[in-house]
Amino acid sequence: MGTQEIVTKCQTIYEDLNFTYAREWKAAKAGRKVIGFMPVYVPMELIHAANALPLGIMGGGDQMEVIHGDAYYQSYICRIPRSTIELGVTGRLDFVDMMLFPFVCDVIRNLSGIWKMMFPNVVSRFFDTPQNFEEKIGGTYYIHELQELKEAIEETTGTKITDEALRNSIKLYNENRKLIWGLYDARAKEPWKFPTWELYVIMRAGIMMPVEEHNQLLKDYAAAAHQEDRPKRDNSRIALNGSFCEQPPLNLIKSIEMAGCYIVEDDYVLVNRFLTEDVPVDGDPLANLALTYIKHSVETACKYVPKEEDKGKFLVNRIKQCAAEGVIFAAPSFCDPALLDRPMLSHRVTENSIPSISFKYAENSGQMQPIREQAGTFADSIKLWN
Amino acid sequence: MSADKNVIKEESMIIQKAMISRNYDAITSKLETGQKMASTFVPGNLNELVRCFGMLNNLPEINAIQAGMRKLTGGYIMEAEKGGHSEDVCTYVKADIGQLGKGNIAPNGKPYPDPDVLLLSYTGCYTFMKWFELLREQYKCPTVMIHVPYQGDGHWTMNMRDYIVKQLKEEVIPTFERISGVKFDIDRLREMMALSAKAEDDLVWVIETAKHKPSPIDAYFGAVYYVGPIFSAFRGTQEAVDYYKVLKKEIQYRIDNKMGPITPEGEMKEQKYRIVVEGPPNWTNFREFWKMFYDEGAVVVASSYSKVGGTYDMGFRHDPANPLESLAEYCLGCYTNRNLPTRVEILEKYINDYEADGLLTNSIKSCNSFSAGQLMMMREVEKRTGKPGAFIETDLVDPRYFSAANVKNRLESYFQMIEQKRRGVKSAA
Repeated sequence: MGTQEIVTKCQTIYEDLNFTYAREWKAAKAGRKVIGFMPVYVPMELIHAANALPLGIMGGGDQMEVIHGDAYYQSYICRIPRSTIELGVTGRLDFVDMMLFPFVCDVIRNLSGIWKMMFPNVVSRFFDTPQNFEEKIGGTYYIHELQELKEAIEETTGTKITDEALRNSIKLYNENRKLIWGLYDARAKEPWKFPTWELYVIMRAGIMMPVEEHNQLLKDYAAAAHQEDRPKRDNSRIALNGSFCEQPPLNLIKSIEMAGCYIVEDDYVLVNRFLTEDVPVDGDPLANLALTYIKHSVETACKYVPKEEDKGKFLVNRIKQCAAEGVIFAAPSFCDPALLDRPMLSHRVTENSIPSISFKYAENSGQMQPIREQAGTFADSIKLWN
Repeated sequence: MSADKNVIKEESMIIQKAMISRNYDAITSKLETGQKMASTFVPGNLNELVRCFGMLNNLPEINAIQAGMRKLTGGYIMEAEKGGHSEDVCTYVKADIGQLGKGNIAPNGKPYPDPDVLLLSYTGCYTFMKWFELLREQYKCPTVMIHVPYQGDGHWTMNMRDYIVKQLKEEVIPTFERISGVKFDIDRLREMMALSAKAEDDLVWVIETAKHKPSPIDAYFGAVYYVGPIFSAFRGTQEAVDYYKVLKKEIQYRIDNKMGPITPEGEMKEQKYRIVVEGPPNWTNFREFWKMFYDEGAVVVASSYSKVGGTYDMGFRHDPANPLESLAEYCLGCYTNRNLPTRVEILEKYINDYEADGLLTNSIKSCNSFSAGQLMMMREVEKRTGKPGAFIETDLVDPRYFSAANVKNRLESYFQMIEQKRRGVKSAA
């Protein structure tokens, strides 16, 4: 398959608000289960090991009119909980057997309670990852939490998760992360060959299909994109930060790129590369998952940074690794994590002489002209002054 | 404000005011006295533990409230926004950061000294985590965190409790020992926790007097004063125990004489509506907001906000026999650390137990911990109790988001709705 074909396929999957791909997967074999999850991180390995499909639910995007969802929320709140409720009340998620609401912020946390009340027949669970990163404290706590999650998944799916099955899933997701990091590295090296909007739809589709299939697709795309002859432009290289939960409309990503920016780093769809190193395959798989999270996971706004000197280090390092020349802080409106974190991250990048700009969006933002102008001016200023 | 001179004050209010003043004086003179100071939060406040090390307890939320009531936060928030803080985030945080930028002056007119340690008791509110990361950046002081897991399934587990206890033992206590130079004394902690439990018994008695008709207290606007000593720097002290003794006497007197609560304009005489309120109050227009209720004869008989620093009316007491486990259970049980179905059950119970006419939700613009999902909660409570709900939107300490005319209009309509509903019930009977 060429890049065009792969991207079209992925875009179709990701834009389909009826989740036909996942529905068909479920219908293909009796007894199959689908477990939905919201941003930012869940251990998809556990779901896969129960022969279930982990399905990323990232809100309704810009193609869905929110009618019912608004009736559940006050005026001042981000859009992702409204559109997710819309997905629920309109029956688009009626095939989902279990919903996981990971720790991101109070909005997603409270949405877990709403889900329990609105959809009593769906198993709904808040998934609290530790904020203490000491192995003996946060690590021990997290192993128990994973054990509880494992039992809940077993009960929902009716499948016992054996250590062997979990190790096999860990291997597959290690490969998935490796392929994704590989693509990210390739993009940083030759961004004209790997447009971010293409990577984005591949990542979005990836959390809506079996990991085995996604791994093959990633390999195919990487091979095809490397071979493709795409012109190199005189664009500025930028890192994008703050978009880890409510996702921007695809047009926003395209607009930034069209404005003269190569996005060489981003935090979209973070679940698929939240862990930065392989999870060990040998030994206790739950402990391995827990300790990899504790020791080797990305720094993002929904995680506490225990030491002041480490705050923002991950972003600055990524900027350097990717040779980004500037940062765009693009956060969803009313996003507590991204917006509270932004001043601190902004200080760190300034201390490192990295220019930055910021703006807000919603998943259904439609007016791209201001974004194009802002991003274009930023790209020009980098070219002129750096 | 000139109106302040005419405000009616009872003995308990005068005592509390003196307690708060003494605490602010102790805080602002800490450099002279050499006393160490921890800054921390109201939910998950570990006052006994802080005091166990001879440290002072400073609460930025309370400082923001104090500044809000003195109409200072508007300027502080603008200052923070000028410095790059978003207009969309918690206004307590921005009031605190903005105050720092404007000299960091305490209510006694003296500057707040820098804290010696930030105790990030991360209980029921995501913003707490970022707030203290932001303060840590400013103060460059040691910061110790306790992560309190959320009761997502409506109950806490032993794993959660053990996790908190372990953080207390292995991180908080050693940090406090290092900073204060005082060795941890568990017996001292036990003594203070016994005093906490005494005061908590009395606080619950006070809160539950709202079951009387007429209610001798306002369980929202009045209760924010009643919970003051326990929610702030006095839980675990004899002062708090003594305060509640005086308060109890005053309220008992009002019960015996069928009197209503004391408002800033004197005793509230007529009680036409008994309301349960969900969500924090607005602080910048606190008196104006309260007046909208008592002018219409509406008394608040129960509120969730008065449980934000501890859900004592649901049975929890600090337990001197198991001090660290008890502190962990306390943190786990704070109102906003409970999931939405549990919060609905609590509000439903309040409506029934306090024979209330309905539920009013004050949705706070910048507090998602409380606000996200409140409309759904209100509908559920309406469905379960058959009592009408109403929804208003204000903010904590940002005066730009308090629209008096809108709030008043909504409240008046709501009270009319209750009236109509009553008439409907009567005519049906």
